[in-house]
Amino acid sequence: MEELAGRPKSLTEQEFHYCPGCTHGIVHRLVAEVIDELDIQEQTIGIAPVGCAVLAYDYFDLDMLEAAHGRPPAVATGIKRVHPDKVVFTYQGDGDYASIGTAESVHAASRGERITTVFINNAIYGMTGGQMAPTTLEGQKATTAPRGRDTKEAGFPLQMSEMLATLEGAVYVARVSVDTPQRIKQAKEAIKKAFKVQLKGLGYALVEVLSTCPTNWGLSPQQALDWLEDNMIPYYPLGELKSVGEVE
Amino acid sequence: MSDKILMKGNEAIAEAAIRAGCTHFFGYPITPQNELPAYMAEKLPEQGGVFLQAESEVAAINMVYGASAAGARVMTSSSSPGISLKAEGISYIAGAELPCVIVNMVRAGPGLGGIGPSQSDYFQATKGMAHGDFRLAVLAPDSVQEAVDLTRQAFDIADKYRNPVMILGDGVIGQMMEPVEFKEIDSPELPEKDWIVDGAEGRERNIIHSLRLKTEDLTEHNWKLARKYEQMQEDEVRYEEKLMDDAEVAIVAYGTTARVVKTAIKEARAEGIKVGLIRPISLFPFPKKVIKKAAQQVDCFLTVEMSTGQMVEDVRLAVNGERSVAFYGSPGGAVPSPAEILVKLKEVME
Ligand SMILES: Cc1ncc(C[n+]2csc(CCOP(=O)(O)OP(=O)(O)O)c2C)c(N)n1
Ligand code: SF4
Repeated sequence: MEELAGRPKSLTEQEFHYCPGCTHGIVHRLVAEVIDELDIQEQTIGIAPVGCAVLAYDYFDLDMLEAAHGRPPAVATGIKRVHPDKVVFTYQGDGDYASIGTAESVHAASRGERITTVFINNAIYGMTGGQMAPTTLEGQKATTAPRGRDTKEAGFPLQMSEMLATLEGAVYVARVSVDTPQRIKQAKEAIKKAFKVQLKGLGYALVEVLSTCPTNWGLSPQQALDWLEDNMIPYYPLGELKSVGEVE
Repeated sequence: MSDKILMKGNEAIAEAAIRAGCTHFFGYPITPQNELPAYMAEKLPEQGGVFLQAESEVAAINMVYGASAAGARVMTSSSSPGISLKAEGISYIAGAELPCVIVNMVRAGPGLGGIGPSQSDYFQATKGMAHGDFRLAVLAPDSVQEAVDLTRQAFDIADKYRNPVMILGDGVIGQMMEPVEFKEIDSPELPEKDWIVDGAEGRERNIIHSLRLKTEDLTEHNWKLARKYEQMQEDEVRYEEKLMDDAEVAIVAYGTTARVVKTAIKEARAEGIKVGLIRPISLFPFPKKVIKKAAQQVDCFLTVEMSTGQMVEDVRLAVNGERSVAFYGSPGGAVPSPAEILVKLKEVME
């Protein structure tokens, strides 16, 4: 009998440590399913960030490496330049990818590094307890923005995908969400495409995933999904910002 | 048989690295080491290797981290301000126990400082590179030939201990031209790299990380690192002694400064002053035993450095109060002259 909902081969048996209602776990699963479907488990090297997903190296049943905060794209570059025939991906939060590591993110994309990034935008610093992220929305509260993000003081939320889509080397840029079953399906398709772009050696591929952090948003899991839909999607529109057509 | 060729220190180190099997180089421009990446950019691709100019030293050292984790022999080079930026990555590399070679052609600091030769990064290189309980092996050549020989050894030490190794020079070592010979050297037996990440094909997966959340794990790991450094202290101490047999005073100096001290000693000897040189070649592990032994023989020590006094602290620790240890420093990017050193030497002997 075909197993329809088993654990993907590319995930270990280790139980996730994520909070109830956190969508990190869903994205892990999607990445693992894609790796299984492309049959690249024994060719893939994953890089964990510093952030709530730092223990991703315990969850992905792959050769894994943990990098310093924000440095995964540079580390991935080093690996890929040694093993150009292997698949290298980074999994990073918004503090990691869009704040402390912005230079590494921009330049890996600009060089057209043949790597894939799964970028979790939850508009907050999860691991350190709810500080303002570069992606925190205007008016959104954080421990370091107790009256809500004031753009006059703290500037504007960074639209990383829009920015990187302007770069020649970034050949695939998509923003997806995992707040509904329909969008989870689309998210998986985008992640799969981002891996295929790498397998084809076309250039840098980025999938930004709008994700929840009920714990630090101070919301229940269901409220968090609604908040994402009502507040994040209008500012961070979903869809392919840059594509290469069908990649087979 | 290999012939001697005239080469700049920076280029000779690059050539020695390639001959040592270095296939990947990541760097960012800074004076006075620019000839090294330029040489790598020219030669590495011809040999099937990779040269990449990174967007910063931060990125460069993290590319080194990745390439080393992927199993390559990898190098980066920089100068003082750039090494400060690499510090974070070096801590992660040491924590994750990855081998690599880092060249620091030191220039005078702090801040942007100047581009003149300096030894003011001694503390950083040997003790305080970055956060955490770790050390680098640090090798300090005093000639282009020695830079070549040490570069080869640096890769072997890095692989043997799975630890970063630093070659510490300055603009004089990097930019002066000297005849060098690239000797054929047999590879020592090195442990198999069974820990690399390259896709786990047909084997158990590998994980490279420095996060250790359980205090027992981190305690055990840090003691393991400490044992490596103790082992280096046993097996990797390198130094030169010159005219120490009958010496009544020992000058301790390394790198460029030691060259000048050699001239000063020649002049002092001509005047009948019984002075010798102890030249640490490995700054970590520091040749403390040889200094300790010399303390039983000489009346006093003089340490000369291009800094306001850094290595002198290690000399004093080794001498342990048995003899006086004087210091002469040149911290602004200038190499002290033999005459200056001679004046100081006479003052010390009074
Ligand atoms: C150099 C450095 N600075 C700060 C930190 C502390 N820190 C750990 S995770 C984190 C931010 C995490 O937020 P994000 O990247 O958005 O990931 P999330 O936890 O939300 O998934 C910070 C600031 C660190 N580990 N290293
Ligand atoms: S703190 Fe937020 S991002 Fe981190 S696991 Fe919990 S819900 Fe997820």
